[in-house]
Amino acid sequence: MVDKNLTVAKTGNEAMAEAMRQINPDVVAAYPITPATEIAQIFAGFVADGLVHTEFVRVESEHSAMSAAVGAAAAGGRCMTATSSQGLMLMSEILPIASALRLPIVMPEVNRTIAGPINIHCDHSDTMFVRDSGWMQVYCEDAQEAYDSVLMGIKIAEKAMLPMMVSTDGFIISHCMARVDLIPDEDVTKYLGQYKPETWLLNPDKKITLGGLDLQDYYFEHKMVAIDAMYKSKAIIKECCEEFAGKFGRNYDFFESYEMDDAETAILAMGSVCGTAKVAVDNLRKDGKKVGLVRMRVFRPFPAEELAKTLSNLKTLAIMDRSDAMSAGEAPLAIETKAALYGRKKQPKTHNYVFGLGGRDIKVEEIEDVYKEMLDFTQPEKNFDRKVTYLGVRE
Amino acid sequence: MENKKMGWKELPDADSMSAGTSTEFKTGDWRSQRPVFHKENCIHCLRCWVMCPDVSIIVKDGKVMGYDYDHCKGCGICASECPINKKVEFEKDKCAITMADEKEFQK
Ligand code: SF4
Ligand code: SF4
Repeated sequence: MVDKNLTVAKTGNEAMAEAMRQINPDVVAAYPITPATEIAQIFAGFVADGLVHTEFVRVESEHSAMSAAVGAAAAGGRCMTATSSQGLMLMSEILPIASALRLPIVMPEVNRTIAGPINIHCDHSDTMFVRDSGWMQVYCEDAQEAYDSVLMGIKIAEKAMLPMMVSTDGFIISHCMARVDLIPDEDVTKYLGQYKPETWLLNPDKKITLGGLDLQDYYFEHKMVAIDAMYKSKAIIKECCEEFAGKFGRNYDFFESYEMDDAETAILAMGSVCGTAKVAVDNLRKDGKKVGLVRMRVFRPFPAEELAKTLSNLKTLAIMDRSDAMSAGEAPLAIETKAALYGRKKQPKTHNYVFGLGGRDIKVEEIEDVYKEMLDFTQPEKNFDRKVTYLGVRE
Repeated sequence: MENKKMGWKELPDADSMSAGTSTEFKTGDWRSQRPVFHKENCIHCLRCWVMCPDVSIIVKDGKVMGYDYDHCKGCGICASECPINKKVEFEKDKCAITMADEKEFQK
């Protein structure tokens, strides 16, 4: 199925920009921010070279980028933007508006920590900061997945009528070159088809008002519609993943299970660290240790039941978060996973590790140590009363 | 429009409504002052119609007819922009629009 001429070496940013070229959105409004700058920059080159018909809006801030995307999407266009970290924070006021108006904006997002102290490197604090903004969130492991997820994202977002951010780990994925198998342009065009919203502002035949003042009497009901849409988007994601696998041969799901069939201990994590963790799993498997990995892709909608089912047969589980929840006891992925497990008859003992803040490197050996610690913890007499282990921080 | 309120399952997907619903939302009761029209002094220049932020100057065949008190919020922009009012230096009897205390009309 793979066309050799379309097997290329691309960085995560290049791969996402390439996906945007093939999508050929009606409007892209973007503002530069490290490490996501290249995405819009490369795309602006496509616009200048006449390779896309996109109206490229050079805005003065990310707040304006998201506002322009909302306006253009409400008008009826297929709209995209890209950002990272502080840019996402500046957009944050407009993000829930995009989801409340049910606008399927797809946004490549490059995970970078948030200031302060100021730092341009990877962790997941930025997207976690907006995790309840009503956007679907997909965390990718490599450039191939980022490319595929942006393409699939358009389809999912338009079906679910919800916006989606597709994120890659800053520099680790965004700037490292990897093999990417591209899909031919015409196949992408055919796969995505034309965007046909049910209602749009520039439709003179069916005039609508969008985003009216909504007070005590209706806000709750309207919010409920968006909450429900987020729950319902799970089925759409499932269906779109299956369609994508059928058409293009690459399988995606809410999460990836690696060596999980007979695993007694596993790590649950998101993003590029999972590539490293897979090496650790392989090493430990050689020694006969029953370890596995669950790599979360879709964090919103949160696949609580599916995840709980996969994890419940484990003896122990290490949940590795690349952001912190500032005294919440545990970090976001751990909190939500444990909520999903809570009340089930069978559930593993869990422990939360926070690692890699501000781009702090994490090595195979460190992950092997996590597995060893968790294997040790399968002994019932072992009492693990620490809440969170901050992995790799100097004391 | 005080019908039974809809439940969330009855609402459209986006928080969209049919167009032009603001006509049904009577905002005139926020008003503490109201414009009063003195037809005899008006030259129908329509400056008030242009300036009114609430589209509340009623015009028919190019002539000012009065005000839409269901939506006029009583900001007084019409009265302060009226060229006749300026010319007569806001001398009450000669103005085309005067602002009056809303309380007087609620008795
Ligand atoms: S601005 Fe004054 S003169 Fe002109 S139309 Fe309005 S009321 Fe009449
Ligand atoms: S008072 Fe203000 S709102 Fe009312 S008619 Fe005059 S300009 Fe319009």
